[in-house]
Amino acid sequence: MGRKLLLEHAKVPGIRHIDTYIQHGGYRSVHKALKTMTPDEVVEEVKKSGLRGRGGAGFPTGMKWSFLAKPEGIPRYLVCNADESEPGTFKDRYLMEYLPHLLIEGMITSSYALGANTSYIYIRGEYRWVYTILVEAIAEAYAKGYLGKNILGSGFNFDLYVQPGGGAYICGEETALLESLEGKRGNPRMKPPFPAIKGLWQSPTVVNNVETIAAVVPIVNEGGDEYAKIGIGKSTGTKLISACGNIKNSGVYEIDLGLPVDEFLNSDEYCGGVANGKRLKAVIPGGSSVPIVPAGLFYKNIKGEDRLMSYESLSDGGFASGTMMGSGGFIVYDEDQCIVRNTWNLARFYNHESCGQCSPCREGTGWLVKVLDKIEHGKGATMADIDLLWDIQRRIEGNTICPLGDAAAWPVAAAIRHFRDEFEWHIKNPQLAQSKNYGLVKETVYQTV
Amino acid sequence: MYSNHPSHSQQPIVFSQEMLDQSQEIIKHYPEGKQKSAILPIMHIVQKHFGWVSVEAQDIIAEMLKIKPIEVYEVATFYTMFHLHPVGKYVLEVCRTGPCMIRGAEDICKYLEKKLGIKEGEITADGLFTWRTVECLGACGYAPMMQVGEHYHEYLTPEKLDNLISDWKTK
Amino acid sequence: MAKVTIDDKIIEVPDGTTILNAARMIGGDVVPPAMCYYSKLKGSGGKCRTCLVEVAAGSEKDPRPMPKLVASCSTNVMDGMVVKNKTSEKVMDARKGVVEYLLMNHPLDCPVCDQAGECNLQDLGYEHGLQKTRYEFERRTFEVQDIGDNIKLHMNRCILCYRCVYTADQITEGRVHGVMGRGDHAEISTYITKAIDNDFSGNIIDVCPVGALTDKTFRFKSRVWFTRPMLAHRNCDKCCGKTTVWLSGDDVLRVTGRKDQNGEVEEFICNTCRFDKKSLADWSIEGPSHIDKHSVISQNHYELPSDNIKRLK
Ligand SMILES: Cc1cc2nc3c(=O)[nH]c(=O)nc-3n(C[C@H](O)[C@H](O)[C@H](O)COP(=O)(O)O)c2cc1C
Ligand code: SF4
Ligand code: FES
Ligand code: FES
Repeated sequence: MGRKLLLEHAKVPGIRHIDTYIQHGGYRSVHKALKTMTPDEVVEEVKKSGLRGRGGAGFPTGMKWSFLAKPEGIPRYLVCNADESEPGTFKDRYLMEYLPHLLIEGMITSSYALGANTSYIYIRGEYRWVYTILVEAIAEAYAKGYLGKNILGSGFNFDLYVQPGGGAYICGEETALLESLEGKRGNPRMKPPFPAIKGLWQSPTVVNNVETIAAVVPIVNEGGDEYAKIGIGKSTGTKLISACGNIKNSGVYEIDLGLPVDEFLNSDEYCGGVANGKRLKAVIPGGSSVPIVPAGLFYKNIKGEDRLMSYESLSDGGFASGTMMGSGGFIVYDEDQCIVRNTWNLARFYNHESCGQCSPCREGTGWLVKVLDKIEHGKGATMADIDLLWDIQRRIEGNTICPLGDAAAWPVAAAIRHFRDEFEWHIKNPQLAQSKNYGLVKETVYQTV
Repeated sequence: MYSNHPSHSQQPIVFSQEMLDQSQEIIKHYPEGKQKSAILPIMHIVQKHFGWVSVEAQDIIAEMLKIKPIEVYEVATFYTMFHLHPVGKYVLEVCRTGPCMIRGAEDICKYLEKKLGIKEGEITADGLFTWRTVECLGACGYAPMMQVGEHYHEYLTPEKLDNLISDWKTK
Repeated sequence: MAKVTIDDKIIEVPDGTTILNAARMIGGDVVPPAMCYYSKLKGSGGKCRTCLVEVAAGSEKDPRPMPKLVASCSTNVMDGMVVKNKTSEKVMDARKGVVEYLLMNHPLDCPVCDQAGECNLQDLGYEHGLQKTRYEFERRTFEVQDIGDNIKLHMNRCILCYRCVYTADQITEGRVHGVMGRGDHAEISTYITKAIDNDFSGNIIDVCPVGALTDKTFRFKSRVWFTRPMLAHRNCDKCCGKTTVWLSGDDVLRVTGRKDQNGEVEEFICNTCRFDKKSLADWSIEGPSHIDKHSVISQNHYELPSDNIKRLK
């Protein structure tokens, strides 16, 4: 039974309200930090905890915080990335919906550490009811003196606002988010300069994921060293995983990093196994942008070791045989799912979400969709189209302004790498592929028809 | 092409006092001179009130925020939540992305198309409904799903849709 | 100062110089093509990705190579940096890809395009393109639009470099056009048909690297290669009055800003000079113009060495 640092009280009735939240130990980290610690001491604890960004890239949070420029007389900002739009990911929504005060508490403590007197939570526009929950919770926190002027008599002034997005996956990319928060199109910025130097309104800014900021609360309460004891290697602490697809128990789980993937997928405490007694075909463990892995490579790495739910273990083998932790959007595919169709669907997503600034992403993603559509829908594709797909994705990857280009390229590359035979089968059997699925077996079973 | 959109309002657009007050409140969230940041929140207020965001409404937003109209247009057309031409009273937005697709989102769309008798993006004759597909809404574990206004409807089935639609019809 | 090596050529440049500008100081083959960057427009660059180069060594202090290709237009040099442009296979491959992406939705209407002969994309396609496009799908199409009395917008040809948007923002008052929509539906537009109308709007024609924005007062009169570009000036109360007039016999077919060796205008000019002064009597002719390297005329060796000398004075 994994311990719950974040979600322990998620299902307590009334926990959305500040009184209940405080009764269950809420806002302790604010008292502790503001009354007994200097901002740098808080940063130090976060460094010790080994916490890594939960938004996707897994960058060490303490290190990111220490990069923040601190020029005299210029405000600094903490911006919480609650844009959560990566397909398969719905953990931040869960956290904010059930425990709005945990995020607010994390924002206060973290902003204190960073010396930010105003911070924003940028939430995707579609989470409208969550927006309302947050706004109400913030009002409660103001009323109780956790927000506003001279918090707990510490002299720390802090205002917190929620900003809704307008429907754009790209605004999860941190510089696009800042543009959007400035009231502009969500075009990612060129880096450098990084937000830590020039971020929101050209001021030094830290952008962190919802879960990252929430994790600061137990880190300050229990100490960074305690937090670092959980997990394995450089994957410390607990992680929220949103599990979906063809599994018995969809939902959001808090796991100790290092949990074996087998246990996560098959134990009743978590996903409960593949639904309806079907066999596992493939998994995308970290949100749709990370490479898909076939069942064989999912449970064990190529050295035959058990794979664990950790940053290192999931990426073991690189892209050849591994994948990534990403945002923790765990998508499971059973034997009845069509990899070509799924790849086409995801390619269409990235094409739809490209901001359109840079040519490889703007044009390349559209081209991927058209070629995949041709293969999936039996429109006269040839084997050369598989190589063409490979070429198109290869020349997008690494050549764009922001990582959305990579995110569009990787799923296509991984699908071809691991399921080339299924693409070939589609091309050889264009009619049949409209009514039947290739299935699990790595042979072109229907070829003779 | 945008110039061909029926993007103009047929009626004169007037922001209610409540809308103006809400907007002014939002502008206070940002430092002096950074009021442009209020575009998206105000556009949500406008859409909630009028059901969509006309050119005329966008021009008023520009005036309120002391920016050029084009700065509002570029933003309005970038974000997919805003309806830039009239839509039905209820807009049914079905998620079509991977995780929802593998749990039956396509069947939900087909069902809606038949049930409402309209194609994606159209408005029913009674002006009540529009349906369209959207990308992942962060409810992948509760698929298939759709968003209507501020609400998510999850674990959709044809029966559930029938009930929702008849509810809306009688409201 | 920083010492950089680009394709084995060494130059010393002031700190804060971009790789592209350092390459331009060296000149010749080491200069990466730039379709979106424009030195006179703040914030431009980074978008088209044609200028990608390989950084084989980051700096003297940290000589590690950079993991990804970088946009030379928006990456500053460091002392001791080693850059590879034409000498990098990775760069040539990526650039080939970029050109293919830029051309895939671009119409094949060069024979009827006003920009033909002085189009950066045409040159690029020629240099890096494949013999035959691998894109077999229908191209994206838009209707041709009049934006004002004097400017036509062929959105089909646009590569979304954003230069015209920056121009309107930075050198005109009251920008009324911008980029609408997003992704591969993004387009340059006024949203609702409005004329772009102010004293300096015509400059968006000059900064356009392709034939998306063209001068209606020039259209169909002549192909560029039948015209003679001459440096000219007039006393103008709105702008510098220094232009290039394009003559056919004694007719002024069009007026543009003067372009430097990088194909950028030297100084922006006003609409009166550009659109209204179409008589030889309006202008004092200085002599033949230096020809933009993107113009076909330059490939025909129209430009004689003596012209260059004259221009330098
Ligand atoms: C296309 C794209 C979409 C992203 N979407 C999100 C998102 O929805 N939420 C998020 O927290 N991070 C997202 N990220 C990552 C952010 O850019 C950034 O790394 C993150 O917010 C940093 O926070 P962290 O260090 O706490 O993880 C996205 C990145 C890219 C390239
Ligand atoms: S990679 Fe795609 S999303 Fe990112 S800046 Fe370029 S066009 Fe925009
Ligand atoms: S895929 Fe439908 S909500 Fe995420
Ligand atoms: S010129 Fe550098 S990216 Fe376009």
